[in-house]
Amino acid sequence: MRLFLFRRLLLAILVCLTVLVISFTLTRLSGDLAASIAGPNATASDIAIITRNYGLDRPLPVQFFDWAGHAATGDLGRSFLYHSPVRELIGARLPVTLTLGLTGLAIALAVSLPLGILAAAREGTAIDRAIMLVALVGQAMPSFWLGLVMIIGLGLDLQWFPISGVDTWQGYIMPGIVLAFSAIPALMRLTRSGMIEALAADYIRTARAKGLSRTKIVFKHALRNAAMPVVSIAAVQLGFILGGSVVIEAVFALPGIGYLAWESITKNDFPVVQAVVLFLAVIYIALTLLADMMNALLDPRLRG
Amino acid sequence: MTNSAADPVLSVADLRVTFGERTEAVRGMSLSVARGETHCIVGESGCGKSVTSLAVMNLLPRGAARSAGHIRFHGRDLMGLSEREMARLRGDKIAMIFQEPMTSLNPAYTIGSQMAEVFERHRRAGRRAAMDRAAELLARVGVTAPGMRLGQYPHQLSGGLRQRVMIAMALMCDPELLIADEPTTALDVTVQAQILRLLQKLQQELGLALLLITHDLGVVARMAQRVSVMYAGQVVESGPAAAVFAAPTHPYTRGLLACIPVPGTVRRDEPLGSIPGMVPRIAPGFIGCGFRDRCGSAMPECAGAVPLRDAGGGHTHLCRLLPDATRAPGA
Repeated sequence: MRLFLFRRLLLAILVCLTVLVISFTLTRLSGDLAASIAGPNATASDIAIITRNYGLDRPLPVQFFDWAGHAATGDLGRSFLYHSPVRELIGARLPVTLTLGLTGLAIALAVSLPLGILAAAREGTAIDRAIMLVALVGQAMPSFWLGLVMIIGLGLDLQWFPISGVDTWQGYIMPGIVLAFSAIPALMRLTRSGMIEALAADYIRTARAKGLSRTKIVFKHALRNAAMPVVSIAAVQLGFILGGSVVIEAVFALPGIGYLAWESITKNDFPVVQAVVLFLAVIYIALTLLADMMNALLDPRLRG
Repeated sequence: MTNSAADPVLSVADLRVTFGERTEAVRGMSLSVARGETHCIVGESGCGKSVTSLAVMNLLPRGAARSAGHIRFHGRDLMGLSEREMARLRGDKIAMIFQEPMTSLNPAYTIGSQMAEVFERHRRAGRRAAMDRAAELLARVGVTAPGMRLGQYPHQLSGGLRQRVMIAMALMCDPELLIADEPTTALDVTVQAQILRLLQKLQQELGLALLLITHDLGVVARMAQRVSVMYAGQVVESGPAAAVFAAPTHPYTRGLLACIPVPGTVRRDEPLGSIPGMVPRIAPGFIGCGFRDRCGSAMPECAGAVPLRDAGGGHTHLCRLLPDATRAPGA
């Protein structure tokens, strides 16, 4: 177990370093940073001043190590747009995105696990086909469209939920549902296929030969073995939800990380872009690590 | 041993198993096993022997359908039982072990947990009592350091140990009937011998009725009091093991026995016996002898109904030939 954790941790650190290099390089590739910060009406001397002030005239490796060194200590630089430390910008928006992401994932799991298990247990029946049809429809439905439909239907007509902002917890429900919808089809399919495979395994035949109840066979013996790929994908989906909720945050006007990323990209606020990319990558890596650890708890063979 | 007809633990009559409309895997199978008796079902792959055992347990895969005159366990017909009633018997009075010890245990749970749950289920015992019982049985099947094994996972055990665990698990609730489906096929030869010896010892000590399924006539010779030779879903010959080995009456049994090399009588350069052809796939409504395409004694009338012949002493076979006629050389 310790060796397993050590290997995973080492891998995670290597991936972090790679992301560091890539996010730095990508922002430099997007043109003359000083010129785009200064704006279209800037003179050559304005640009020269900005170049010098932000140290953009130094060799790239020097700039990189300067930035990476600060990033390692938690200092992600300052935003041009807000004139405040990037760390504070992210810190202020993180709770919104995190709450939204976890709400979305919770809803997604609450729907996809039971339905996936049910579909597997009733494989080939009308119930199975109906559930898979729902998954197909869910996959085909664009989330911004679903978001707008929900705003119109549940927000404006029925007035059940607020249509924008997160002044109250109810504000998270509709965007949470919309986000969940994007994760449900994959999770449901994976639960179903994992359960079908597990239910066909020899140890399930043994469990039946032992006279165990159907409930115990499905939920104790099959589910634990089917859960591993679901855990892995759930972690990836949460990463996706956290980083990819730009559209949803825009539709529901939520002040989250996705919105910050979008804003900083359009305004060429490169310290923020760099930092957000790095931050999301680290979250992704942490989630994958978490998933690996959960899988090691589920499957003793991985602990060896 | 000979009172199997009088008071059998298990008695199956005219069992049929179909897979859809195309295949009939078991075609009118009958057998009985008495207390303290080992009854072997022997045959090639695909002859329906495993399907027979699963049909008795009502554990057939989806898509298979069974029918039978009766499947009686201590006189109680299992055919009429609901799944819930059947589940109450499985693992308690009727236990089963399988061919693949590597995959028959759940990789995610400890040996102890998997053994204990049978006892908890059928005896309403607590975890501690169940674990004590599990340790006791592990010791009984010759597993060293049972207390330590209880906390181990299947992947930490060898194939032979896992099969011992499977056997111990099957014995948790003192079953009266143990069905063993090729329990040694996946094991090394030396381990095979150990497991067979163990099964034999346990069977004698506990008075188990043992239904042993195998493709290996060596296993039959070693273990069986009674043997049923299966071919294409039917029992083609059945009787006391000694009688069947001494004087096989069905051409198929004779063919099977000819495939076994006997040191001293078979010369090194002499090719081993083999039965040409393959077990045919047989659809419902098939009439005649299923072996006729591979049989050296086949006649046109073998396509018609086949009589069941009695050689005496409970030794029967399914063939147009009389018991004496099949003893002719070169069958």
